[in-house]
Amino acid sequence: MKLYDLIWLIPILPLLGAIFNGLVSNRLGLSKSVTNAVALLGSGLAWLLGWGAIVQWVLDLGIHHTHVVRLFSWIQGGSLRILDGSLAEVDISASFQLDAVSALMVFFVTFVGFLIHVYSVGYMHDESDRAYARYFSYLNLFMFSMLVLVLGSNLAVLFVGWEGVGLCSYLLIGFYFEKDWCAAAGMKAFIVNRIGDWGFLLAIFATFMVFGTLEFTEFFPMAAAHPEHFASAATVIGLLLFVGAIGKSAQIPLYVWLPDAMAGPTPVSALIHAATMVTAGVYMVVRCNVIYRLSPTAMLVVAIVGGITAIFAATIGLVQNDIKKVLAYSTVSQLGYMFLGAGVGAFVAAIFHVLTHAFFKACLFLGSGSVIHACGGEQDIRKMGGLKKYMPTTYWTFLVATLAISGIPIFAGFFSKDEILFKAFEAGASDLNHFGSAYYTLWVLGMVGAVLTAFYMFRLVFMTFHGEFRGGEEAEHHLHESPWTMTMPLVVLGVLSIFGGLVGIPGKLFHHPEWNLIERFLEPIILPIGHAAEGGHDVSHHAVSLGMEWGLVFLSVGVAIFGIWLAYRFYMGVEALVRPQRLAERFPLAHKLLLNKYWMDEIYDATVISGTVKGSRGLWEFDARVVDGAVNGTALTTVGSSFMSGIFDLRVVDGAVNLIATCYDVASRWFRKLQVGFAQGYAMVMVFGAAILLAVYYLFKLN
Amino acid sequence: MIGATHYVALSLILLCIGLVGLMVRRNFITVLMSLELMFNAVNINLIAFSFRLGDLAGQVLAIFVITIAAAEAAIGLGLIIALVRLKDTVALEEADEMGG
Amino acid sequence: MDFLIANFGAILFYVVAVITVAAAVGVVTLRNPVHAAVSLLLAFVMVAVLFIMNHAEFLAAVQVLVYAGGIMVLYLFVIMLVKIRDIGPGKVFLSGIAPLAVLGGVVLGCLIAIGILLGSMAAGDGGAAAMTAIDGETVGNTEAVGWLLYMKYLVPFEIVSVVLLVAMIGAIVFGRRDVALAGAGEEVEP
Repeated sequence: MKLYDLIWLIPILPLLGAIFNGLVSNRLGLSKSVTNAVALLGSGLAWLLGWGAIVQWVLDLGIHHTHVVRLFSWIQGGSLRILDGSLAEVDISASFQLDAVSALMVFFVTFVGFLIHVYSVGYMHDESDRAYARYFSYLNLFMFSMLVLVLGSNLAVLFVGWEGVGLCSYLLIGFYFEKDWCAAAGMKAFIVNRIGDWGFLLAIFATFMVFGTLEFTEFFPMAAAHPEHFASAATVIGLLLFVGAIGKSAQIPLYVWLPDAMAGPTPVSALIHAATMVTAGVYMVVRCNVIYRLSPTAMLVVAIVGGITAIFAATIGLVQNDIKKVLAYSTVSQLGYMFLGAGVGAFVAAIFHVLTHAFFKACLFLGSGSVIHACGGEQDIRKMGGLKKYMPTTYWTFLVATLAISGIPIFAGFFSKDEILFKAFEAGASDLNHFGSAYYTLWVLGMVGAVLTAFYMFRLVFMTFHGEFRGGEEAEHHLHESPWTMTMPLVVLGVLSIFGGLVGIPGKLFHHPEWNLIERFLEPIILPIGHAAEGGHDVSHHAVSLGMEWGLVFLSVGVAIFGIWLAYRFYMGVEALVRPQRLAERFPLAHKLLLNKYWMDEIYDATVISGTVKGSRGLWEFDARVVDGAVNGTALTTVGSSFMSGIFDLRVVDGAVNLIATCYDVASRWFRKLQVGFAQGYAMVMVFGAAILLAVYYLFKLN
Repeated sequence: MIGATHYVALSLILLCIGLVGLMVRRNFITVLMSLELMFNAVNINLIAFSFRLGDLAGQVLAIFVITIAAAEAAIGLGLIIALVRLKDTVALEEADEMGG
Repeated sequence: MDFLIANFGAILFYVVAVITVAAAVGVVTLRNPVHAAVSLLLAFVMVAVLFIMNHAEFLAAVQVLVYAGGIMVLYLFVIMLVKIRDIGPGKVFLSGIAPLAVLGGVVLGCLIAIGILLGSMAAGDGGAAAMTAIDGETVGNTEAVGWLLYMKYLVPFEIVSVVLLVAMIGAIVFGRRDVALAGAGEEVEP
């Protein structure tokens, strides 16, 4: 039994931890040590098993081999007639697969997840035992769902994980459910996610209708072999899948839940909204790259949505004052970059950015958690400052992660972001799918976004850690560095933020393409499409010369440094905070617009939500008036008809009875005349009687 | 020539006349007289057939009829006397003490 | 003349029949009871003639004696005794019942006629000798009738006499003034 045959166990271990913590520790109120042990075991063993399985798989089977472990047959429907007229058997099995991209995802999901579990031990130690157990139960449950998502070998199992992470996100965001705004944030996340899930479900149905199967190992080769045949279907499926990704990965227009999700505990934000759940959308798009490469339209849509989201979220992040909100909008923006990468055909770059983003964003969130912890729950950066000397470890790791996100070379984010921007430029230069000008525009947007990213991230650093503490005397006394359970993961992630990007060195710049380890690793998932031409990966690499490529590298670095310098100018030194103040006064409208996040939530409230509420109220009215009216109407009809019945009974029936009595009366009046005592009357009757008798006698005699 | 038919016809006519008179007349005395008429009709019939059949029994029966007729006439006339004494009228319709 | 002689029986019969019927109609129709009584008397006499025509001499005599002489006299006595309570200037017949009664009578008459026609009549004329014979011996009608009456029909004869007795008693009872006036159940003073 090889470890890669046990990949189904990787999600199950945290699930067992979740069940135990949820049903036993929570109910019985067991101590935190027990909860810790179970939770850390659950996620830790999953991490070790995951890494071990990956290593064995690479060594034994090689990265080109997709290892599928089929557990059992899950859904068996009958045969359905699919679009091309043939009969397809509905036979969905619960099976997991280990290939390059799922291996990569397992690699960092289990590791980062474990680190965050460790961090949470320190962060949540103030909670009650039962809440503590509940938290870890949910966290383990989340790990289970995410791992099912990345390890699933067909769209159905992926969807199970997809839904599961949505559920856990709701549970964890609304962890402090006693506070109304926390519970509301949880609901918002879930509902907005659901909208995306609807699109995803339609995509699953469409996939089945087109291909007759949901297994990745089956329909990807099918699509790749006949590109023109499946092109239009691929557009539909790709767009519908992307709807799901929009919801899950917080792109425009369904990003509104992510900033509000900061209501949950900070480790949750780190895990779910930085490293794992939100990246599920990107994972799904990269997994289905065959579908997208068949459909230029879908790819363009993905790129446009990603690019616009990247810059849109960055602009909002410029003026936010809550430390976590800045990071939240930063996440939305970076996700936009990832989709931009996928949209220009740089699927590897997109996943690479997922990986590096996991490291530095998790580090940033955990660092912010440390800061909040030190400031006694304060999250407003205007009340912080000069924390550098109180919490050095937090500061240095935070700084390193910020350098990474800004795209400074050697640090992790530089390689991935640069790759994405380069590929965008290349798509523009080579007129990919004849959308060249669109891709150029997106590249420009990406560059602008890079400036903004560097700017607002360093604004955060300067305002939080540099200068003088603005939070008041009393709070200053409580400032302290966090315990080792919290700083240790920070250090690990910080180191990874420095060196993690080196797996993706763009070796071809140095005429050594083989240096780009990650590209080589992920190559097998980019299946070759039928005949070359329209796939993003197959685009000519000669559209951009080597010199141009180097130039772009320097350009992006310069852009990042420009952003940092701007932030320094605004937020450091003697005139710190004065300059931005003046700028805000000069452009009050723009400032207000950004500060209020373009009033997106308000717009949604006024249109969609009000519309839905009014619509449902209208339906309720309809039900109350028409439907209930109809029901009441039948009741009235019944009353009326029974009234009529009563009348009928009274008049007709009784009338008939009375009629009989009247007949008797009349008849008796008649017959009375026979017996008046009038003798001659009797005589006449006798005569008639005799006549009748005779007549009857004659009749009988004649017969 | 004159067969039984003639006599029977005559008898029938007399009987019917008497019957009608019995039913129709208001005066009680006249009613009784109609009754006598009916008896005579019967007698005619009896005698006629007695002759035709050569059986004297018919004549004997006719004697009985006459006798009974006489008795009945006596009783009837007694009734008239009583009725006159009681109601002071011979109109039959007033000899009716029943209601209705 | 020859015709008359040849069909004397028939002519006589028809004449007598017509007179009888006329007298009967008179009985039924005449308003005055005395007139009706006289009409009835005529009818009786005609019936006696009919009897003679049928060789029933004894019965003819009885008819005249009893009916004409007894019963009619009785009727006239009663009429005069009750001071001829005429029914007044009112109707002779009962208007309500008259048409129906006539109808009834006619109907019954017709029905009986049908019956008679359906049956068979005794033909023949051969009873003349039997009218006057006892066991084949010619003795005369009266004797023959008497012989039959006291020999064969003695019991009915006796019963009829009892009936006569009862009738007599009944008539006497009816005639008693007190009974008529006082009604039943009261003290009777003869």
